[in-house]
Amino acid sequence: MSRANGTPYAPHTDEETAAMLAAIGVDDEEALFDIPEAVAFDGDFGIEPRTERGIRDECTRILNRNDDLTEFLGRGHYGHYVPSVVDHLADRAEFLTSYTQYQPEVSQGFLQALFEYQSMLVELTGLDVANCSMYDAATALGEAATLADRVRATSGDTVLVPEQLREGKRAVLENYCAGADLSVETYPMADGTADVDRLADRAGDDVVMLYAESPTVRGCVEERLAAIGEVADDTDALFALGSDVVALSVLESPSEVGADVVVGEAGALGLPTSYGMGLGIFACRDEFLRQVPGRLVGASEDANGDRAYTLTLQTREQHIRKERATSNICTNQAWVALRAAIHAATLGPDGLVDLANDCVREAEALAARIDDRSGAAAPVHDRHHFREFAVRVDQPAPAVAEDLEAEGFAVHAIGDHLLQVCVTDLNAGRTDGLVAAFEGVL
Amino acid sequence: MIHDQANYEREGEDVREPLLSEKGQETVDVRGDSPLPDELTREELTLPNPSEPETARHYTRLSQMNWAIDSGPYPLGSCTMKYNPKFTEDVAADPNAAVHPDRSARSAQGILELQYRLQEVLSEIGGMDAVTLQPPAGAAGELTGILVAKAYHEHHGNDRSEVVIPASAHGTNFATAATAGYDVVELPSGEDGRVDLEALEAAVGDDTAALMLTNPNTVGLFERDITEIAEIVHDAGGLLYYDGANLNALLGRGRPGDMGFDVMHYNVHKTFATPHGGGGPGAGPVGVVDELAPFLPTPRVREAAEGAGYERFEPDHTIGKVHGFAGNWLVLIKAYAYIARLGNEGLSDAAAKAVLNANYLAERLDLDVPFGPFHHEFAATAGDRDAADVAKRMLDFGVHPPTTKWPEMVPEAMLTEPTEIEGRSSLDDLAEAFNLAYADSDEALDSAPTRTAAARIDQVGAARDPRLSWQALDEE
Repeated sequence: MSRANGTPYAPHTDEETAAMLAAIGVDDEEALFDIPEAVAFDGDFGIEPRTERGIRDECTRILNRNDDLTEFLGRGHYGHYVPSVVDHLADRAEFLTSYTQYQPEVSQGFLQALFEYQSMLVELTGLDVANCSMYDAATALGEAATLADRVRATSGDTVLVPEQLREGKRAVLENYCAGADLSVETYPMADGTADVDRLADRAGDDVVMLYAESPTVRGCVEERLAAIGEVADDTDALFALGSDVVALSVLESPSEVGADVVVGEAGALGLPTSYGMGLGIFACRDEFLRQVPGRLVGASEDANGDRAYTLTLQTREQHIRKERATSNICTNQAWVALRAAIHAATLGPDGLVDLANDCVREAEALAARIDDRSGAAAPVHDRHHFREFAVRVDQPAPAVAEDLEAEGFAVHAIGDHLLQVCVTDLNAGRTDGLVAAFEGVL
Repeated sequence: MIHDQANYEREGEDVREPLLSEKGQETVDVRGDSPLPDELTREELTLPNPSEPETARHYTRLSQMNWAIDSGPYPLGSCTMKYNPKFTEDVAADPNAAVHPDRSARSAQGILELQYRLQEVLSEIGGMDAVTLQPPAGAAGELTGILVAKAYHEHHGNDRSEVVIPASAHGTNFATAATAGYDVVELPSGEDGRVDLEALEAAVGDDTAALMLTNPNTVGLFERDITEIAEIVHDAGGLLYYDGANLNALLGRGRPGDMGFDVMHYNVHKTFATPHGGGGPGAGPVGVVDELAPFLPTPRVREAAEGAGYERFEPDHTIGKVHGFAGNWLVLIKAYAYIARLGNEGLSDAAAKAVLNANYLAERLDLDVPFGPFHHEFAATAGDRDAADVAKRMLDFGVHPPTTKWPEMVPEAMLTEPTEIEGRSSLDDLAEAFNLAYADSDEALDSAPTRTAAARIDQVGAARDPRLSWQALDEE
């Protein structure tokens, strides 16, 4: 048996290839291609094939050019310790190498796992419906805006967002809004959370969606969510609440503060920091069920009367409804949702609540220690914080961040004299070093 | 020979594997130990609390009820389920790959270099001038490409309102154009299954922002008139968008950029063998010609001035962002490793074997294939049988069936794409499963599948009475 120099992932021997060509009735593979000469390509991409071993060495060598830093970074992307059991179960090839569950009879395992993920999000949000994922928090927010545009009978076209919002998230929202002829405007904040009085003044008939976050991009716990919900209600705007899967386990239930939609990030469970790869939450009230973007798993019965799971309400989706679909999303983050569910199951409610409480306590403790340094004040906002907080420094913030980096610590510079620091179970053991570095550079 | 598919004992009337919630939930008092004041917290939280051994058994059991490419043939047409080389997982698992996206460029040189290298090889493979890695999936890549086209037209003072899409295109194309705010003009397929040039002439005009085209198209046919198509669209002032779903068929033999396409997306799982993970994560990099590069999402990565490594930069007229951060980076690394493993000859050979396999399989089928010559996939017709029923019966014969009832130009379509990874004996098995199912009795088709983890599932009931969580089941 011999195989020509080709892809190592095709099983054909030369003899088999010849027999197959004979069965088809052509002399060689090229005869099967119907590409006019004028647009044909000679096949030379200039890419030399390498061995497995060689590529692993190459990538390790390149990636090693990253500096070895202890990251105190957050602002929408977080790393918590991911238990080994998550990798070992999610990496099972039956999960990892499967496709979307178009034949549910042979996809019951993944469907059930996604059904369970949806159920966990229903518990965490208090809303009736959660889909089985969006790409990330930013695209989920964009989808919420287009949903608001479809369901709200108001003549308005404004989406109101907090003035302190991650720039990238706002940029993604703008792209979804532009296609729906919506415009994004901001409402003011006071000391890190929504200025509800001025928000109420701004609200009006033109607003189709009011968006608030808790925790905010600076880690502040929003204190007047119910009041924000009332502002939305009074003007018939959709109230979309942005949050985080860990924070949701302890913060006020979104359903109780009047949220119509919850978007946010669930990748803090199940995923390590991964250069921004995420898991978008999308949950909403029952009345919007038929306007939900993305895939939904439902329980049904099979021909034997046993419970079985299937993708459902697919007439919302692009492969059926085409340009009238609720979204263009097809591939989502299903495997990341599986990871988050396994992580949540491993923690249990006790472990999840403990993790969330630590996010509050560690942030408070670290802020106090940084505040003790001369030349730094933290937290900047007189609020409760979750994982992260802003720090005011006397010296220019970018220079301080650069100096801290030279000491082996990464923090955010978010303004001329503002830093932001994020602490989780992963870096909590390195806070002594960070505090000492602050002492040294200030 | 028939593959035996995992068969599971039924436990009387019970469900096969209980939900986590049915195995035991716990309600914890959130306020008791909270550092936050009561008015900012919820009262309690109720979630499953399995032990780690129970968790391991639960998910292992679930995995055993799930077909995967490592289980056997998975010939879903247009989905391109190919083997995912294991070593790419190890490459992506490097802790240095998993850093925070807000790191300074200075401290993330390893990632920036790998991003740059991937941009470069993708540009080469597509015949494009510039690439963004940010879109987190193919459909997100489509939206990115169409937003770039829109920004380009607006920058040049052209207000164009329509995107032209062949009727046979993927549903995402239509939904993408609508999401970007365009009206969709659907182009009927010609009698030979390809774009009809006269119909195209009639469809394009001053309002045309772009034509979105899949080539080879969704029944595997190469658009032979691609040069004329490009001329017609460009003469009308429109741009030509390449849907990369079927790029696997062209590798090494044709590049979208050489055919006159201005903008394209790559589906990394379909072409570069990244795992699909039961629905995602994917990645949908977008390539463009020079004229469109200034509109790409921010940031992109380039070589810095001499010896200074790599840097992020904002394209001059960027559309902004399409993902909160840098997209699905851990997926993109796997694509890089795959491309490096195959190189020129391997990539070309992947296309050759994919097309060989599709043609060989079609040759062995008793079903008619109305359109040809096809490349990597073909739409067989189940004729007077119901394609969905034939597909369910195929499950009993130990293979995953093809995509059914789509595209609509083939009645009772069974859109089949074996990819390059199946060998002759595997294709013979697949053909036998097709033929047995196709020839089976009405009764057998109606009651199929019988050997799977679940029997035929009631889809209508699932949609009529949506139960989307264990809480909804508890309410019954």
